[in-house]
Amino acid sequence: MSTPLVELRNMSISFGGIKAVDDVSIDLFPGEVVGLLGHNGAGKSTLIKILSGAYRRDRGHIFINGEEAHISNPRDAKNFGIETIYQTLALADNVDAAANLYLGRELRTRWGTLDDAAMEAEARKVMGRLNPNFKRFKEPAKSLSGGQRQSVAIARAVLFNAKILIMDEPTAALGPQETQMVAELIHELKRQGLGIFLIDHDIHAVKALCDRAAVMKNGQLVGVVKVDDVTEDDLLGMIILGKQPDKAA
Amino acid sequence: MSKQGVSNAAPESRDSLLKRFIAATEIDTRMLGMVAALFAVWCAFDIYSGILRPNTGLFGGAFLTPRNLWTLLVQTSSIAVMSTGMVLIIVMRHIDLSIGSMLSLVAVAGAVLQVFILGPSIGVGHPVIWIAAILACLALGTFIGALNGFLTAYAQIPAFIVTLGGLIAYSGVAFLLAKGVTVAPMDKTFKIIGGGVPASWLGPFWSWALAIVVCVLIFLGIVGGRRQRQRFGFKLRPVWGEATLIAIGSAAVLGATAVLTSYPWPFGLIKQYAEENNIPIPAGVENPDGDAICMVGEKVVRCTEGLIYYTGFAVPVLIALGVGVVMTFIATRTRFGRYVYAIGGNPEAADLAGIDTKKMTVKVFALMGFLVGISAVIASARLDAATNALGQLNELFVIAAAVIGGTSLAGGIGTIYGAILGALMMQSIQSGMALLNLPAAFQNIVVGTVLVFAVYVDQFYRRRVK
Ligand SMILES: Nc1ncnc2c1ncn2[C@@H]1O[C@H](COP(=O)(O)OP(=O)(O)O)[C@@H](O)[C@H]1O
Ligand SMILES: [Mg+2]
Repeated sequence: MSTPLVELRNMSISFGGIKAVDDVSIDLFPGEVVGLLGHNGAGKSTLIKILSGAYRRDRGHIFINGEEAHISNPRDAKNFGIETIYQTLALADNVDAAANLYLGRELRTRWGTLDDAAMEAEARKVMGRLNPNFKRFKEPAKSLSGGQRQSVAIARAVLFNAKILIMDEPTAALGPQETQMVAELIHELKRQGLGIFLIDHDIHAVKALCDRAAVMKNGQLVGVVKVDDVTEDDLLGMIILGKQPDKAA
Repeated sequence: MSKQGVSNAAPESRDSLLKRFIAATEIDTRMLGMVAALFAVWCAFDIYSGILRPNTGLFGGAFLTPRNLWTLLVQTSSIAVMSTGMVLIIVMRHIDLSIGSMLSLVAVAGAVLQVFILGPSIGVGHPVIWIAAILACLALGTFIGALNGFLTAYAQIPAFIVTLGGLIAYSGVAFLLAKGVTVAPMDKTFKIIGGGVPASWLGPFWSWALAIVVCVLIFLGIVGGRRQRQRFGFKLRPVWGEATLIAIGSAAVLGATAVLTSYPWPFGLIKQYAEENNIPIPAGVENPDGDAICMVGEKVVRCTEGLIYYTGFAVPVLIALGVGVVMTFIATRTRFGRYVYAIGGNPEAADLAGIDTKKMTVKVFALMGFLVGISAVIASARLDAATNALGQLNELFVIAAAVIGGTSLAGGIGTIYGAILGALMMQSIQSGMALLNLPAAFQNIVVGTVLVFAVYVDQFYRRRVK
């Protein structure tokens, strides 16, 4: 088997005595979508925030393309080509959509000043593909709807040629049409060879979009299964009971 | 409703002229309101002081006179310089209470260097002295600011506490450095920065030259911005909107220049300058209200016709304007500025976007300290002395200026020009009341009330706009 794109080994982190993630190991291959399932508070967001550099793990190792990666802040993660769409849609509310898209990676003129016009033009292009209805480039993010904020967050993640994409409930605020668009986007990125971690509450969507599904409960990994080997009921059982289904074990 | 003669857009013609003007120029309505308020305050003071004692002002008072406006600008510069830095601090959800004490400390240090160290060793008046003093002030200010920022960012002590400690501690250091006395006099060249000596006045010729350059820059700036938007095919402002902006900007610059270049030098200084440079003083007729000087027999007296010089822009005002331009550039056109606002809007999001928020905190406080260094030079040069009380209460005036100028204490919102207008507003109210001979206690009551009222109006405005 080829080397995994990402390998998380024995990840652990606790917050004031609560073991939010407890000895979880999981891997991700190029062109693969791995779904993360579990109750609210199972530790899914916390696990991926370790990978994206937002949290510092207490224990464990991260390997990228087989080599140990030292990720201790979001900048480190971005340098490894890891892009994240956070559940909380981390946008700066007071700056506009174009500025949010490029936050931390601004385009600059040859004098080193911000090239706002170029960023706006680029933003219009990207958003034109992702969400053609989006027109509010010059307004502060605060004035955007949940779905619009979501498309800005998604656009930001895909704009910079990520190798590893983390999506934490990316369709939570979206309508059916936009959700469909995200599904197509995932297929497209998968074809391009990205590895994607997808956190989603919708078991149906996970079965349709993912290659494998990892289920967490109370910070621990219940198991990782190929989605084609299990039924939706099996997955539901893993989430609720915290046990591997018999046939996949 | 009156109909416009020529109008191709029917619904637009229904809007009032003001509305169309605002839409076409994309001017900040908040700024428009502030300028109007400032002008109203000026007029009110002029009218009221004119009723008490008629003078040469626009409305017969003593406020809207070249002399008063010139003095007002010079007095505002130190606070205005610091208020531009405070905007960024508050936008980033911090506060700096230490700047008043920091100013005293930096000014005293600069004065001690000039008067007690360099003066006796390399000779009073040596050109190294003023350069070394200025650099020392800027460096010390930047260092203290960075220290404030470091403690806030890396030791994670709230900025309020760090700088409250600084407010108390730095003034203590200033007292020890000054040994409790006034350190004076300043170097002759150093004093130019204070605006109190003829060498620090640009005079009509250079003032007008500068004004014309600025008008050209306004023109080029607006045309350049339009080109840039054209390049990407974005929506453009109507041409008449752009033209109006250029006209208003140029009119403001030229108007200010006209006022400032009509303020004559004080009587004594014209006389001194003429005597020192062997300039002949013409004979004339005495007039105690005149601004020129002339000879009546052997005596030099005031008269209407005679030898006269005009001040024009003063160095501290130019420094404040320059700082305003540079800080506006930093805030709106650079990555640094973008990060300051993004961090203020959502610190967590900025962090997740890969911005080093701690380093940014240190930099912003260091920038604040640098600006305090500039103000320390201005204030001590103007006073021709430094004391450990020089910057007392400055922190409150600077914060008030930023807040009156629309900086939100919740973070993320604030403009440089707003803070400068805020500083001008505070100083106008104080000068105006001093002009009316109102007691200091009363002045404090009014300034405090205006601060609270301005924030109330601002919040009301923001809620309406949303
Ligand atoms: N910053 C934090 N501080 C304290 N507790 C946290 C923090 N982040 C997450 N937790 C806790 O960790 C557990 C896992 O949370 P999370 O990863 O958000 O769950 P999920 O995304 O699976 O719904 C929860 O009990 C949550 O309260
Ligand atoms: Mg979550």
